[in-house]
Amino acid sequence: MRLVSKDLLGIEKLTREEIELILETAQKLHEIHSRDIKKVPTLRGKTVVNLFFEGSTRTRTSFEIAAKRLSADTINFSASSSSLSKSETLIDTARSIGAMLPDVIVVRHNQAGTPEMLSRMVKSSVVNAGDGAHEHPSQALLDLLTVKEKKGRFEGLKVAIVGDIAASRVARSNIYGFTKMGAEVRVAGPPTMLPPHIEQLGCKAYTNVREAVVDADVIMMLRIQMERHSKLLFPSIREYSRLYCLTPEILDLAKENAVIMHPGPINRDVEISSEIADGPYSVILEQVTNGVAVRMAILYLLAGQRSN
Amino acid sequence: MSEQSSDPAGNGGRVILDGPAIERAIRRIAHEIVERSESLGELVLLAIPAGGVPLGKRLQAYIREVSGVEVPLGKLDITLYRDDVATAGASSNMSASHMPFDITDKRVILVDDVLFTGRTTRAALDAVVDFGRPRSIQLAVLVDRGHRELPIKVDFVGKNVPTARRDDVRVEFSQDGGNEFVLVREGEGDPCAS
Repeated sequence: MRLVSKDLLGIEKLTREEIELILETAQKLHEIHSRDIKKVPTLRGKTVVNLFFEGSTRTRTSFEIAAKRLSADTINFSASSSSLSKSETLIDTARSIGAMLPDVIVVRHNQAGTPEMLSRMVKSSVVNAGDGAHEHPSQALLDLLTVKEKKGRFEGLKVAIVGDIAASRVARSNIYGFTKMGAEVRVAGPPTMLPPHIEQLGCKAYTNVREAVVDADVIMMLRIQMERHSKLLFPSIREYSRLYCLTPEILDLAKENAVIMHPGPINRDVEISSEIADGPYSVILEQVTNGVAVRMAILYLLAGQRSN
Repeated sequence: MSEQSSDPAGNGGRVILDGPAIERAIRRIAHEIVERSESLGELVLLAIPAGGVPLGKRLQAYIREVSGVEVPLGKLDITLYRDDVATAGASSNMSASHMPFDITDKRVILVDDVLFTGRTTRAALDAVVDFGRPRSIQLAVLVDRGHRELPIKVDFVGKNVPTARRDDVRVEFSQDGGNEFVLVREGEGDPCAS
């Protein structure tokens, strides 16, 4: 079985079988991290370009490590040092990069749809590493992998996603991912951070975090994305934190052994208390480790596609 | 030959090893390994999935029967070391390697069901050295069907089988004492498969 598309643009377009293929491949690749020599030759001679028009630490590093562990050559490109600062348009930049014939382009941009536009313009495989508030598929896949490892299943799990839902591409990709795999997804946040009609994606929406967390197997806390909001969405950080911060008291409402996740970067004691972020139920660092395995699987499956 | 043994899979082909013959061949390989090893304490078996894994388990059991020594058995997946990823594409038949021991200074025996072009063995040699530097590497296979494309030789072999390049050789190991056989089917095989 192979991935159908040459690109990975979002979870919305993946089938359940494709998601399972990526997760199973990632689980098998995991073993490479425990070796002394953490490198296999399978993508030797392939080129991966990291095209980041928006800041990133975790995702860019993770894609780069993943590519290097598979022996691909990696090139990093960030907006600040590029021709975009010489007023070249995005389309011209994309055409130039495409003309250098890389095998995979990993792209992040603050405008939703950029990876899709790029995928129509180049022959390379395009991987969406986050586009605006649209999707962040590799993050959702690593979240799915982490839950699969911890819970062993998706069917019937209750997943609560709490915070800045409107601005969060992580939330959107995870809503698609977890509902496709058979889990029940609830989202919660202040009314100003809940997009209208979010229920149409197949989740339930709450403004009270306590209701969303009751009996949850998985709790995913999100950062408030100040940089994506132009207007004031709540009176103060302190008030937000008082109402929505994940504290031991709120965690008590969830199932025993609930898994606590956060895509990072975390704002301690705003959306999650330090006690919980560093506590025994937190899998935040395991998410990061799984991120490398999932991205290796994505690169292997895309760059390894038979070239016609 | 009974109808069942001439076509156990129901899709044509001739049986070149039946259950008892496979059993004898594996036992003989186990004896040869014990005879030709000065110290079994340095020996490790590395099975190449998928076909090498059941063979490796049986070899380990028979070596224990003959010598009383439990030789460590690991699993070495070679999917990521193949030389045809660029042309044949990614494979979803990958499995994780499992090597719960250090192979440095050990005498490694690679175990696979069928030896054909030698390309799998070449990939396995690359994979082994990523895990450590063994003292020596040898190769044990149930069936050597010829048509080598690389300078690779076998050290322990169950049966040499003359085949045409395009033939398809299939090894079916029994699970829980069921029917097992090695089958050669004419003509339809993928000439690239090793």
